[in-house]
Parts: sequence; C-alpha cells; structure tokens
Amino acid sequence: MITAPRSVRGPVTGPPHEHPLPTGGDPVTATTAEAPAVESAPPRRIGDSVFRNAALGAALLVILFLAGVAIFLVIKGVPALEAEPEHLSGRGSLLGLVGALLFGTVLASVIAMVIVTPLAIGLGLVISHYAPRRLAKPVGFLVDLLAAVPSVVFGLWGLIVLAPYLVPTHEWLVRYLGWLPFFDGPASQTARTLLTASIVLALMALPIVTAIMREVFAQTPRSHQEAALALGATRWEMIRMAVLPYGRSGMVAALLLGLGRALGETMAVAMVLSATGVIVSLDTVSSQNSNTIAAFIAQGYKEASPIKVSILIFAGLALFLLTFLVNFLGRWIAARGVVKA
Amino acid sequence: MTAMPLDPTAGQLPRSAPLLVGVVALAAGGLVALLAGWGLTGTALAGWLVFAVAYPAWSLAVENRRKATDRVVTVLVWTAFAIAMIPLVSLVVTVVAKGAPALSWEFLSKDSTGRALIEGNGGIFHAVVGTVQVTLVAALIAIPVGVLTAIWLVEYGDGSRLARVVTFLVDVMTGIPSIVAGLFALAFFQVVMGEPLPRLAVAGGVALSLLMIPTVVRSVEEMLKLVPDDLREAAYALGVPKWRTICKVVLPTAVAGIVTGITLSIARVAGETAPLLLVTGVAYGTNWNPLDGSLATLPTYIFSSLSKTSHFEYGDSWADQVWGTALVLIIIVMTLNVVARVIGAVFAPKTGK
Repeated sequence: MITAPRSVRGPVTGPPHEHPLPTGGDPVTATTAEAPAVESAPPRRIGDSVFRNAALGAALLVILFLAGVAIFLVIKGVPALEAEPEHLSGRGSLLGLVGALLFGTVLASVIAMVIVTPLAIGLGLVISHYAPRRLAKPVGFLVDLLAAVPSVVFGLWGLIVLAPYLVPTHEWLVRYLGWLPFFDGPASQTARTLLTASIVLALMALPIVTAIMREVFAQTPRSHQEAALALGATRWEMIRMAVLPYGRSGMVAALLLGLGRALGETMAVAMVLSATGVIVSLDTVSSQNSNTIAAFIAQGYKEASPIKVSILIFAGLALFLLTFLVNFLGRWIAARGVVKA
Repeated sequence: MTAMPLDPTAGQLPRSAPLLVGVVALAAGGLVALLAGWGLTGTALAGWLVFAVAYPAWSLAVENRRKATDRVVTVLVWTAFAIAMIPLVSLVVTVVAKGAPALSWEFLSKDSTGRALIEGNGGIFHAVVGTVQVTLVAALIAIPVGVLTAIWLVEYGDGSRLARVVTFLVDVMTGIPSIVAGLFALAFFQVVMGEPLPRLAVAGGVALSLLMIPTVVRSVEEMLKLVPDDLREAAYALGVPKWRTICKVVLPTAVAGIVTGITLSIARVAGETAPLLLVTGVAYGTNWNPLDGSLATLPTYIFSSLSKTSHFEYGDSWADQVWGTALVLIIIVMTLNVVARVIGAVFAPKTGK
C-alpha cells in the first residue's frame, strides 16, 4: 500500500552529512535527507513553507467564505428595512412578515421532528442492535440511499404521490381530532398542506438523524451491555438501562442537528405547500397554511424588483441565524456529551 | 403438552414464533380487509395490528411480562424500519414507472427549445450540460479548498486556537441551509456584477461549493486522522520533508476514503435545487457559457417544468419531461453513491488487524 518515498536521496543508513545544508532557496535541497547535525536551526524548505501556507490559506479562505456569507446577506438584506407595506405580502411590517415565516418554519420542522424521533430511534436500534450482523450493513445502506434522493425528487413525490394519498387521512384527522388546534380544518381537498410537507421533511431529516443515532448507540461500552445481559436483562431492558442512558446527549444532539436540517429544507415545502400568502396559523391540515422561510424564498424569487429581493435576503438572514443557533446548540450538547462519557 | 420442569427451554417461545404469528397475522389481516373491502394499506395495517397484539400476547401467556415487553419493542423497532422503507420504495417505484417511458436517446440528446417539446420530442440535454457545468465549478472551488483545509487541520493546525475556530466554522457551514447559500451567491454577484438579478453558472457553482466545502473537509479530515502516525514518523525518520510526507505517504494511504467522501459530496450537490433557482434562472436551450446567461440544471428543470404540467393541451408531455428528468437525476445520484461506496470498500487501506 505505502511505497517507500522514492525521493529520498543520500545515504540514509550511512554516516550523516557533515556539512550543513544550505538554507532555503534551492528546491532540490527540499528533497534531500536532512542533516541531523544541525539541530538548533533546521534547514528551511521552500516546498514545506509553500505547502504549509497553501493549506493555511485554504483554512483562512473557509473563514473568509463564511464571513462573506454574513456580510453580503447583511449588505443586501438591510435595504429591506425600508420596504413599503405593499411589498410585504399582507403583513404590516418586515418583522411581522419574517416573524410569521419563522413561526411557520419552526412549526413545520417541529412536526417533522415529532415524526422523526421515534422512527430514528427505532432505525438506529435496528442497525446497531437488532439486525443480525449480516443485515446491519445493507440496512444502513438503504437508509443512506434515502439521504441520497435529491430534495426536488422528494418534493415531486410528496406532491404527486403522497399528498393525494393523504387526503382521507386529513379528513379523518379533522373529524376525530379536530378539537386540537393543529387539526382545526376544514380539511384541504388536495392535502397540499403543512402536515404533508412536514411528513416529507421528516423523511428528509430521517437519514441524518439515524446516522448519528446509530453511531451513538454503537458507542455504548460493550461491558455495560454485557453486564446488563449477564444480570438476566432482556434485550430491551439492556437497551433501556445501558444504551439509552449512555447515548442521551448524543440523541438530543442528533435531533437538534436534524431539526437544523429540516428548518433549512426548501424544496419539499415549496413544492408540496400551495402558497396562499403569509399567515400565522397553527392549523396544519386546511388549505390556508403557515409558510416557511425557505419555501417563501423559493416561491418568490421570480419577482425581480430589488426591494422584493432584499426582503427575500433579509428573510434568508433570519433563517441563517435560526439554523445557526439550533446547530450550535446541537454541537454544544454533542461535545458536552463526549466529555462526560 | 407442557414441557418437563427441568427443561431449560420451558416457558420459551419457539424460534419460529415470529414467523408463525406473521403468517397467521397476514391471513387474518387479509381476511379482515377482504370482508371490509379495504385496500392494500388496510390489509397491511390490519395484519400489523394482529401481529403486534398476538405476538406479545402469546409471549405473555407462555413466557413472562418482561419477555413480552421485549417482544413488543422488537416489533416496534422493526416497524420503524418498515415505515422508513415504504417511502423509499414508493418513491423509486413511482419515478421508475413514470420516468422510464420518457427515456430515449432523443430525450438525452436534445434540448427543449422552441417547439421541440410541443411536438413531443424535447429533451434534457441542456439540463445535463448545465448540471455538469455548475457541479464542475463547485468541485473546482470546493475540492482544493476542502482538501487543503483538512490537511491544515490535521497536519499543521492540530490543537491550535485557529484550528478550533476553523473546525467550528466548518460545523457552522455544514448547517447552512442550501437556500441561504443561494442567497449569498445572489447577493455576492449582485455586488460584483452590478446587476439586479445575476444569472450565470459560476454563481450556481459558488453557491454549491459553499455546501460542498464542509462535507469535503469533514470526510477528508476523518480519513487523514485514520492514517497511523507510525507512517508519518517513518517518513520523517528517513528525512522526508513534511510536505512530501503528506503528498507521498499520508494522502495515498487515505486516498480511497478521500475519493469516497468527495464523490458523495458531488452526489449531494448535483441534486441540489434551491440555491440554483436563485442564480441560474430558467432556460430551455443549451448554454455553454458558464460566465453569462441563464441555464437549466436537472433539478431546476424538474421544478420549472412542473408548473407547466397543468397546461390543458401539453401538460402530459411536460409531465413526461418531469418524471424522465427525475429518473435521470436519481440514476446519476445513486450511481455516484454506489461508486463512492464501492471505491471506499475496495480500496480501503488494509490494516494488519
């Protein structure tokens, strides 16, 4: 696998060079063996410093890139503060508009995560503990394939296949659970609702959450698990007593990272939801829905007036901050969990 | 009837219990559904319900409460797996069934300018060209930056304050919503070009590179960390300079994993839609110039064609376009995924263990 570096010239096993190597300048010296005699001032190699600085430059470029995102979003987003009410999709002020969209974004994502949580825990356990060893890998691969499906295809499927399929479910929910504010109704006839969008969102967030969960479950020390089994615990009791407590912070982190993903996901909502202005509504099954920031941007990008674009960018900035917060929280909890473990 | 008291398997369900109950449940579910006239969903639901009740109940009768609970959970866990797989199967089946009839050589080799489409022989050549352009630009930016950043993080900056900052920022980048990346490219090229609505492939590439960099950095970093320090130290001991050690020893050792990670990140951005909507616009002809003009990519072409499927006369031909394109896109993305994993599995460094 690893070939010996052919570039090394000079007597490797022989006596060390007596003469000090010239410093810098000549690139040929970069490939000759170092003289051990010079200890206090090792010869500077031009190749080394070029390579090092290139790598450092790339790392700094990442910082620059991210700073650029924040700066350009602010530059182009701030003019939106002067937007006239007629540009604001029926909301009184810019903050009213962004606030309403934030509400819809959080609502859709939280519903998605409510669906994802039990599924991801179950799937993670299947891969880490339940599936026979031979099956665990293919099962994991199938879940990864789910992650590989492009979002636009998910949106297409949600719109053409899932939504018509869910129409009876919507009617059922309104009839029997209508006392909940989420299912107030009247049921949408097309099921192009926030609920359907949330289900698609859940499917899209599921693979990433599952991937982290199965890592977390797999990291439970074998000794903990074997101790539980040796005491006569059933498999579920072992999981409840050893695996789940050990992975608690990891599970929370996984859910937060999945939430961050769901918050920013665009196409599923933009394609499934039939946009009807910007409203604030807890109702997830009627044809009047809250909209999400990402979908609002994707649906409004064609209206080219500069102030409109500014408003979109401002909304994007809000989304950026929101996902940043959620991801930060997720990473923080994950890091804290590792330290504790 | 009952087993001997000393038999250790007394009070245990036979190993074939799930299978037996499964068959019974399937029959019962089918019967119920047939009598009530439910469809496939009803059958599955009824069958599942019978299984989920009967299996633990049998366990409760023969074994004990704890084992019954264990079996309930087993059923639930596998149910979660089934629920997650149903959409995947449904999605793949739908896309293949609806997309396959649209596929033909013409579909792949023609664009959809003018009346080509209305005559029913429009194609997606322009979208393929657009996807390749945008992805290429993204890869040209993201791969060098990502790989070098990862090298710096692992080989040079390890433990330093700057490394912690960069790692943190890469994490932040991972969480950037794709549409925000698109807005960034929009705002950036608005400022650079002074146009209110810039439309060019490079802007799309910049947006996608923003999404690609963190995945490249992450995967390369993981792989570089797996390279044993022994190898590095052996090279240093032979007097090899650090940069040659990295290029000739560390990178070749990790190359399989790196290629896998990069291929996966390409697969991810090739299917990305939202940022491109904002900066590449809509086009039906082939645009070879990445520096100017609208162009279509496979995902944005799906999105823009979708709105036309409701056309009273040509809706059907647009629907063919949508599903055919979706199938091509899925084939490309899935192929990249499989190739990446095969590379990772076949060329993985064989450690002595």
